[in-house]
Amino acid sequence: MASQDLTGTAGEVLHGATTQPSVWDGGGSPFAIGSKKFGMWLFIVSDAITFSALLIAYSYVRVASAAWPMPFHFYPSVIKATVMTFVLLTSSVTMVMAVRAAKLEQRGAAAKWVLATALCGVTFIVLHAFEWASLIEEGVRLFKNPWGTPLFGAAFFTLTGLHMTHVAIGVVYLTVIAIAFGRGKLSSEDVEVSGLYWHFVDLVWMFIFPLVYLLSVRR
Amino acid sequence: MSEAQEHAHEAGSKKLFLYVWFWLLGLTGIEVFLAYEQLGVKLMLTLLMGLSIIKATLIISYFMHLRYERRSLVLTLMPAMIFVIGMLFVFFPDSLRLLHMRPQ
Repeated sequence: MASQDLTGTAGEVLHGATTQPSVWDGGGSPFAIGSKKFGMWLFIVSDAITFSALLIAYSYVRVASAAWPMPFHFYPSVIKATVMTFVLLTSSVTMVMAVRAAKLEQRGAAAKWVLATALCGVTFIVLHAFEWASLIEEGVRLFKNPWGTPLFGAAFFTLTGLHMTHVAIGVVYLTVIAIAFGRGKLSSEDVEVSGLYWHFVDLVWMFIFPLVYLLSVRR
Repeated sequence: MSEAQEHAHEAGSKKLFLYVWFWLLGLTGIEVFLAYEQLGVKLMLTLLMGLSIIKATLIISYFMHLRYERRSLVLTLMPAMIFVIGMLFVFFPDSLRLLHMRPQ
């Protein structure tokens, strides 16, 4: 901004004093990030609260119940769930590599890394579907199971189901990003925003895994 | 710093990401190991949740890049989220009440 006359404490005009451009003059972005990124962060905070509410509801029901099932055998359930955790953690690394490549304007490499992330997501979904199938085969339903408190099924399927839905949506989202960014359309910010969503999905699993699986291992 | 170096620094170093990844895998392994130890429920829960919170902090800080963002952004997002999640814990005394009210 050009220099403007400031007023001194006694009301006199101070000629020649200059003002720095102020953030309050407008034209900058709040928090120095783009609005897409900020919007995604706000969504992530709200979704984190949603998942926390579900996790705490599950914990509430579990604390209050007399006989909570502990049905997860080391093989195949706990091993499968651990592999799933590793797969998601690896997908976060491939995503971070994608964002890095995107920022360096390496579109081909970035698209490949994003697709690798989506592939890890698909692997996660497939493994999880097998897990669901084996539990359903053993007789677990939403409000009935052969072992204990009827609400086990509802808690398990709601939590993991909502999470799996987020993963599936993420896979579609990432595939679109990979194709579009590879073709030269979007900006690196768009890749970064999709990365934020994906890391959030991984984050939620970091809490579901110990609370649902590890606390219910069959010894 | 040259233009290229600045870009690379801003984009994040591969080594750092792999380092964080190894820590995340390691912490996960510790969690799985703990699950099979003979620990009291409260201790087990504290340890598992503590480890999970550390993992979450690592992911949020480094993978989601929040460590390198403006402090105003961190302060806008994180305290409110942690506060709301903390408030949800107010329900647990009620669940214990239900547990103790069950006919033995």
